[in-house]
Amino acid sequence: MDTIGLLLNTTLVFSTALILVALGGIFSERSGVVNIGLEGLMIIGAFSSAVFTYYGHEWGLGGASAWFGVLMSIVLGAAFSLLHAVATITFKANQVIIGVVINILALGLTVYLVKSLFNGSGQTENLSGIAFTKYNVPFLSDIPLIGDALFKAYPTTYLCYLLVFVSWYALYRTRFGLRLRSVGEHPGAADTVGISVTKYRYIGVLLSGALSGLGGATISLTTTYDFSHTTISGQGFIAIAAVIFGRWHPIGAAAAALFFGFTQALRFQAGLFDWSKSIPNEFLYMLPYVLTLLVLAIAAGKSRAPAAVGEPYDPSKR
Amino acid sequence: MGQQPIVAELKGITKRFPGIVANDNISLQLRKGEIHALLGENGAGKSTLMNILFGLYQPDEGHIEIDGKPVVIDGAGKAIELRIGMVHQHFKLVKPFTVAENIILGNEPTKGIKVDIKGAGERVRQLSDQYGLKVDPHVRIEDITVGMQQRVEILKTLYRGADILIFDEPTAVLTVQEIEELIEILRALAREGKSIILITHKLKEIMAIADTCTVIRRGKVVGSVAVKDSSERQLAEMMVGRSVNFQVNKEKSKPGKAILEVNGLTVQGEHGKAVVDNVSFQIRAGEIYGIAGVDGNGQTQLVEAITGMRQASGGSVRVHGQELLGSSVRQVTEAGVSHIPEDRHKHGLVLDFSVSENMVLGNYYRAPYTRSGILNYKAMDENATKLAAEFDVRMSSIHTEARSLSGGNQQKAIIARELTRDPELIIAVQPTRGLDVGAIEFVHKQLIEARNAGKAVLLVSFELEELYGLSDRLAVIYEGRIMGQMDADEKNEEQIGLMMAGNALGSAASDTALRQGES
Repeated sequence: MDTIGLLLNTTLVFSTALILVALGGIFSERSGVVNIGLEGLMIIGAFSSAVFTYYGHEWGLGGASAWFGVLMSIVLGAAFSLLHAVATITFKANQVIIGVVINILALGLTVYLVKSLFNGSGQTENLSGIAFTKYNVPFLSDIPLIGDALFKAYPTTYLCYLLVFVSWYALYRTRFGLRLRSVGEHPGAADTVGISVTKYRYIGVLLSGALSGLGGATISLTTTYDFSHTTISGQGFIAIAAVIFGRWHPIGAAAAALFFGFTQALRFQAGLFDWSKSIPNEFLYMLPYVLTLLVLAIAAGKSRAPAAVGEPYDPSKR
Repeated sequence: MGQQPIVAELKGITKRFPGIVANDNISLQLRKGEIHALLGENGAGKSTLMNILFGLYQPDEGHIEIDGKPVVIDGAGKAIELRIGMVHQHFKLVKPFTVAENIILGNEPTKGIKVDIKGAGERVRQLSDQYGLKVDPHVRIEDITVGMQQRVEILKTLYRGADILIFDEPTAVLTVQEIEELIEILRALAREGKSIILITHKLKEIMAIADTCTVIRRGKVVGSVAVKDSSERQLAEMMVGRSVNFQVNKEKSKPGKAILEVNGLTVQGEHGKAVVDNVSFQIRAGEIYGIAGVDGNGQTQLVEAITGMRQASGGSVRVHGQELLGSSVRQVTEAGVSHIPEDRHKHGLVLDFSVSENMVLGNYYRAPYTRSGILNYKAMDENATKLAAEFDVRMSSIHTEARSLSGGNQQKAIIARELTRDPELIIAVQPTRGLDVGAIEFVHKQLIEARNAGKAVLLVSFELEELYGLSDRLAVIYEGRIMGQMDADEKNEEQIGLMMAGNALGSAASDTALRQGES
């Protein structure tokens, strides 16, 4: 692969998780629930996939082990987000605080579980050979540059792009999407035409848990091949930035996530050039976060959040 | 009307909220094809009653019958099923959605899993044509006028097949033109056999279109009357429980020296065009100066420039000879200017603060409310208790949020605060907007009293009757320019109408009027 092809390919790898988690964030925020807990839900997903892929292999699932891990990350991500939903929707707790709690709880819980499951070790068993490998799409992967960039990717990346389309269609073309968005914009309007605000907000938050779980799984299964307390370090927050930068739209958020993924890829690729030797490594590591900050500061002012996001629905309030 | 069958009946409805009985044993009958007005002061319990009929609240006692059968309406979904529709005062519309999307929401036609937005658009257009509503299904709510938004709300109920339509204060947000159109729409709906409940406190509208009127006072039914056998005065008395004075009583003004002097005031709009264009006038102590004009002709910007809320590009504003242009709002306030703002929610009150806190806004930093930088809540509460009694502000406690007060009581709270600050100049913009007759009478009395006490009053209003009743001198503003001014005794209503539409006074007359204003 030449440098540019490699750079684009790495971009896809890094952005896959961001896109999936951003899609989750969109479902939650479009329903009117701020989900700062995406990071924590990713941690749950990354942990679940690492653990259950390992055990799946132990239990003789063979090639299906990684998919078993993915399934469990989705289920447990959704289950963990239920905490968020119950606290913020049913009990009308502050959404930001609950999100922070989810992040702290997820990290503490998974680190503890890893230590108890793997004899005091700080990380799970290495999954090389069990986790996903890249899949070359026949013929298409032979196209110069584009083939390298797009068609030599992990199966989760292909799944991710399918989900971008599915999410867009669901949000903008189906009854479900219209109702979910109405609940996030004007819950009073939805309520007075007989739509259950509670039901759609639960669905929004649970989808964010499932998709963030899946996003976390792609990191364990395609990048790190294990899970430790540093596996997820800020990607959940970058995904939130992608949601905002992408104006709460699946395709916009995917484009934003690709950009952020590109900055991460750049960090690795830059190390390969001679001129970058004089730049301290720490600065390269900062790059994605600095760019996120800059982009949001410049562009985010123009984007408009769902009108009712962050507010518990109180039917008696005028 | 008597022969028409009863379509809905409320029987002995009682609803209590903490500290208040909102509805006390209310009964009401609605007949097919009638327009039934529900009249009452702000906070009398009209909206609560209708929210019960629409299933948003549950009654504590009593029940509802639809077509003679007892029903339990436990949610908006159930109400819709029973063919009840409601047009809320604060529209329940999703702003970034299109008209069609808003109308079908909750009852979406689908093709497979796809929402059939094209089919929905056609259905909306068809309904819109049937009732002459002229609504375009594919524009976004945020891009259409308030009057059009209201028609979308009406279409929402019709789309769901509603036969009983509840309108909650439908004219509160409309312009005069839009109100006339709405009245036509209501008549057309009634002709088609729809039964309409119209919640309002505007007597003129009731006289114009309602068949029956049920009056509610402090949660109880005072009576139900046939409108054709009734009069505005009778309804007003039933509503407030005493005789109401429609005429404003005031002696001839005895103006003193000039308090406010505005000279050549100009405010630049967003597109470089002057929205306030070289405006000059004076207001003397002990007179009310009224500014008439259609909404949106620079009134808002003029007032904002005088009060320091907006930057002017030229001219001068003096109070007692002190130049105020370029001063902060606090400096303007301290120079003796009180402001009863046009939008009481946006500029008059902090809705989530208590009434007590709201009543010291603008004064809170002074003794006795603040001592050595520490707020003194005891002094604030004493102030609020005193003002609430003096200005008859009704609420469950001075510690309740301003949000939960009715519009009339919110306005009384603002007026109490602004008038007791001992101002030299009082600027009142649309001070009776959305208020019922009792509250209007009260506000007018307060302004007259302030003027009799030697204050200068600037009154900006879109209601000519209000201006005629209160003003000592009158000016008309059109596209940011004063078209002419006159003594209220010498007013010519026809000429004022012409000036409001942009025709200047005959040049001779205008010269005299201006000279009088400057003298």
